Amino acid sequence: MSSNTDHLGRPIVAITGIGLVTSLGQGIKDNWAALTAGRSGIHPITRFPTDHLSTTISGTVDFLASSNKGASALTYELAELAAREAVSGASLNVNDFAGPLFLASPPIELDWHERLSLYDTADLTQPVYERLLAAAREHMRSDTFEASQFGSIADRLSDRFGARGLPITLSTACASGATAIQLGVEAIQRGETSRALAIGADGSATAEALIRFSLLSALSTQNENPEKASKPFSKDRDGFVLAEGGAALVLESLESAKARGAKVLGILKGCGEKADDFHRTRSKPDGSPAIAAVRAAIADAGLHEDEIDYVNAHGTSTPENDKMEHLSLSTVFGERIKQMPISSNKSMIGHTLSAAGAVEAVVSVLTMQHGVIPPTINYDVPDPAIELDVVPNVKRDASVSSVLSNSFGFGGQNACLVMTREPV
Amino acid sequence: MSARDVVITGIGLVSSLGEGAERHWEVLRAPGAKPVYDADIFHPYTIHPLPEIEWGQQIAKRGDQRQMETWQRLGTYTAGVALGDAGAKDDEQLLATMDMIVAAGGGERDVNVDQAILDAALSRNDRDVLLNEKLTTELRPTLFLAQLSNLLAGNISIVHKVTGSSRTFMGEEGAGVSAIETAVARIRSGQSSHVLVGGAFQTEHPDMLLAYELGGFLHRKRWKSIWKRAANDGGGVITGSGAAFLVLETREHAEARGARIYAVIERVASGRSKRADGNLSDAISGLVRALDLPEDQLLAISGASGAHVATGAERSALASAGKFAVRGFSSLTGHMKEAQFPFAIALAALAIHNNAPYPPFDAENESELNGGPVDAALATAIGYSRFEGAALVVKA
Repeated sequence: MSSNTDHLGRPIVAITGIGLVTSLGQGIKDNWAALTAGRSGIHPITRFPTDHLSTTISGTVDFLASSNKGASALTYELAELAAREAVSGASLNVNDFAGPLFLASPPIELDWHERLSLYDTADLTQPVYERLLAAAREHMRSDTFEASQFGSIADRLSDRFGARGLPITLSTACASGATAIQLGVEAIQRGETSRALAIGADGSATAEALIRFSLLSALSTQNENPEKASKPFSKDRDGFVLAEGGAALVLESLESAKARGAKVLGILKGCGEKADDFHRTRSKPDGSPAIAAVRAAIADAGLHEDEIDYVNAHGTSTPENDKMEHLSLSTVFGERIKQMPISSNKSMIGHTLSAAGAVEAVVSVLTMQHGVIPPTINYDVPDPAIELDVVPNVKRDASVSSVLSNSFGFGGQNACLVMTREPV
Repeated sequence: MSARDVVITGIGLVSSLGEGAERHWEVLRAPGAKPVYDADIFHPYTIHPLPEIEWGQQIAKRGDQRQMETWQRLGTYTAGVALGDAGAKDDEQLLATMDMIVAAGGGERDVNVDQAILDAALSRNDRDVLLNEKLTTELRPTLFLAQLSNLLAGNISIVHKVTGSSRTFMGEEGAGVSAIETAVARIRSGQSSHVLVGGAFQTEHPDMLLAYELGGFLHRKRWKSIWKRAANDGGGVITGSGAAFLVLETREHAEARGARIYAVIERVASGRSKRADGNLSDAISGLVRALDLPEDQLLAISGASGAHVATGAERSALASAGKFAVRGFSSLTGHMKEAQFPFAIALAALAIHNNAPYPPFDAENESELNGGPVDAALATAIGYSRFEGAALVVKA
């Protein structure tokens, strides 16, 4: 029995199912092939006109039925596809998952097309504030109502997969995917459930989302060669590339996984978090909150810094993030950081925001499983201030038994996960 | 009694009735409390507006105040009230290890920019280009952050230095239920020692009303108690601006720092009944049964929204149990969405702490509580559209 509990006597949490959708394709197989080939999913935007925009590229997912149906519909479809792959891959019933659901998804707002179409029916003799309200109550479109409710996507997913209880929808900005996983891990550790479904999904790359990040000077404007724009840790990096995606993990107590003979893909060994109180978009100059989050995750895993083989970086390709991530990692790992492989999936996928932490956790599992580290592509002009082995441009064969996956976000969010190949 | 009991040591409340735990207790314990509402500003809808707030009392820097729209400012302010009430305000070590779960909405958009786009679009066929044109030139760059869901928690970290962890849950009343339920579970299991948990809702923005009215949920005639709103007067919900934050900790942790304990959150139950099946009342009865309540007559602080189906189902579920003195506080505060469940728990804790019930808020529809001490109370939040939660709060 003791082999089913960790260094703190908690149930060990296994990963028994994974699913993935990004601009690189649908499903684990296609994504892994693209990631190890060093292929970029970034392309010119075609979903909406790009007149007046300073960024005209993105990693939108354009090949799904909901790709042009608004953020809410696409986020649901991304979540559904990823979760279906994860749950069926775990040899569980996709209609009766029978565990809790944790969904990281973007804060939703009424889509502009819906708002405009509502206004087309408005009575312009009414006071301004009243026009949409009156149109809303006269037309009562249930789809539009559902798209305005923060809880509706998780509610639908719960129906779809037969999840148990009240589903949790959460946002910790760009760390959301990692937080969803952490919530699932904690529920299993508390003994409330033997399994949990953690999903990160983000289909919110609308014109307005792009403009908002542009106004904060967060996006790359290297539009000429879209696939070259996301270049984490490079000297000429100039911002992240907005992207969409969905990823799901079936988390399960090792005991339960063994009992039903499920294949264990990896172990979710430790989680760490720490909030930053410095600024809304910038991190504390000494990096102490990110450092604390990394250390907390490693300690929670019962490991020593030396036992981390590889870092799946947050690596957004913004000047600020990559500099601060380097500072935090070099503080935690010391001189060893120069030899440790560290790569950023975002160089190929772009930044999938609410989904990113889950997407990168899935890729971390694949990295350990296959003994192959996906590269950081577009690494042509190294930043001399960032001395890291970023696995430049070409995948690398390596036995990876443990991964640290970082997620940092606006609003002082820092969440880190430690995954291992083996239970002990 | 156990060292790991989850105790409430800080309460921050803001509603149209005023500010602070004491103020709410005083107003609501007095028979015949009168609602504060505005039936004109969003006519035909009635709303309960924010009271006058001296923002600087909790958010010292004007620069910080400017970085938030009203919803974030309200939540950050109320979190400060709760921390002050818990005696945690200047304890850096306590704040640096304090976990946080915020139940958030968001989306306080720039009404003027949106309206200009809507009006211009009436005479344009290239609407997507128009959006780019207007949004790139007229949006205030920092507005995105000032209305973003997880930035309420972000601002609480910045202003009040709560930095143990920061999690934001979304999903109307259910977000508030999950926030409380998760905080309680983490504390009880030893995953956390002390947590700031709560939510805020700012209704004085047309989009906030729109999110209800797209589903036809708003009451459109003069103010009435939640139990008296007729189906032909609209959907039954009157909204209110307000917020509720709680400081929760283990009994052991609270006693070690000499904190005052209001009450204990004994049990929390949550659910996702399939509303389309039409058996919400049975689901609520099941939820209440799961709390394993005391046998005696019990005060029930109901977060009922006024929405016809959900409120009717809750009323019949509680009535069929035959032992509840129900108090529907939304009659007086309006519906505060994500803040609804934390608010209900706070009012339950105040009654227990003061060992006295609230008089009926609607004497025709709410019964008196017969004598005796108030050493337990039920708190509910049944979502107007989805998700349900309930808790048993007991004497410390």
